[in-house]
Amino acid sequence: MEITVKVNGADRSADVEPRMLLAHLIREEFGLTGTHVGCDTTSCGACTVLLDGRPIKSCTMFGVQADGREVTTVEGLLQDGQLHPIQAAFKQEHGLQCGFCTPGMMLTGSALLAENPSPSEDEVRWAISGNICRCTGYMNIVKAIQAAGHDMAAGPAETADATVAS
Amino acid sequence: MLPSRFEYHRPDSLEEALHLLAEHGDEAKVLAGGQSLIPVMKLRLAAPAHLVDIGRLGLDTIAEADGNLAIGALARHRDLERSDLLDARYPVMAAAAPLISDPIVRNLGTIGGSLCHADPAGDWGSVMLALQGSVVLRSERGERELPISEFFQDTFTTALEPDEILTEVRVPQPAGPSGGTYLKLERKVGDFATVATAIHLSLTDGTIERAGIGLTAVGSKNLQAADAEASLAGAEPTEAAFAEAGRLAAEASSPVTDVRGSADYKRHVVDVYVRRGLDRALEMARAA
Repeated sequence: MEITVKVNGADRSADVEPRMLLAHLIREEFGLTGTHVGCDTTSCGACTVLLDGRPIKSCTMFGVQADGREVTTVEGLLQDGQLHPIQAAFKQEHGLQCGFCTPGMMLTGSALLAENPSPSEDEVRWAISGNICRCTGYMNIVKAIQAAGHDMAAGPAETADATVAS
Repeated sequence: MLPSRFEYHRPDSLEEALHLLAEHGDEAKVLAGGQSLIPVMKLRLAAPAHLVDIGRLGLDTIAEADGNLAIGALARHRDLERSDLLDARYPVMAAAAPLISDPIVRNLGTIGGSLCHADPAGDWGSVMLALQGSVVLRSERGERELPISEFFQDTFTTALEPDEILTEVRVPQPAGPSGGTYLKLERKVGDFATVATAIHLSLTDGTIERAGIGLTAVGSKNLQAADAEASLAGAEPTEAAFAEAGRLAAEASSPVTDVRGSADYKRHVVDVYVRRGLDRALEMARAA
């Protein structure tokens, strides 16, 4: 089946079997390997991407369901060579160790901040409860997401300082 | 694992979807949010030859009409979680919605899909039993409405015919002072319930008019604790009455011993959660 998905702002087309999972469409057809396949049982969230701005588990959707829709992967966070504030914050706050869960965490975090620019710790933990991290114990992930929210509210100048100061 | 091959259809209208089901019968499955169906297909526990994707057909309004709360089958768990109407007037539903799976799954999963999947560990099923909800089933042959108790037949088995689509869920509007809640014990967010209870209580002149008790993950399907409910109907809402209801509900459940706990433990949790849920519901009903 021929489909076209807008991935990170650009139309990408492919001819795929309906049973191809969105995660595999993204990784194998579109070559974007920042989206990870972790548990394959809809539990871990390492495969999280944004579908029309909302976090979804790409291992639990068929690629054909995304036909005509917008998908944002972790690669889409980078804009004109500039780190997205959430990427800068994960770097600054050491919000990752092995990095396997990180794309999912950042996308879920960015979606949270779009809805709630200044979340409490509880609100962050609730929002990322569909993303599992085996390395960090979550503390710095929470800090990173809150810091990103703070940086985004503060405006572009402050965000640039944050990336330079690492 | 990967699902086996299937033919994918994305009809532009409900009529087209119903026609596809009439044509393909039990070789077809309806795809709504896919958060239960796709995992089952990836395990190859289901291998439908045809998938009818109804995910873009709307059918997601949440509104009161004709004495009922009418919810489109494709209302996503996240929409129900964020509904002010549910928060204000349907506390059992408002309590259950945020506890379903995890926030990411809730962005896609639908109430209609959940009810049709009929997992005994499904949360909406117990809520519907407690609230005496019903479902609207449509096919090319017509439309029918079934009480939820008749809809659930057995584990993963409902009264849905192969050519039918569940289009709407209905819940009676609250009559007098009432309250309710959903209590869920789970090992971690996203795990299936170890035990959960849906509790609804309505009062009339200070005595109990009706109690609704739905039990999750303690039987071959979502259970209605009918004896417990009967013991409360028309009774004074005392601690003793609630204790008896808890005992009867625990007796009515048939949990299995598994990784989430022993059958005895789960039965005990049913007792505790029914009593606790009734206490909370009573508080809300009295404040109403």
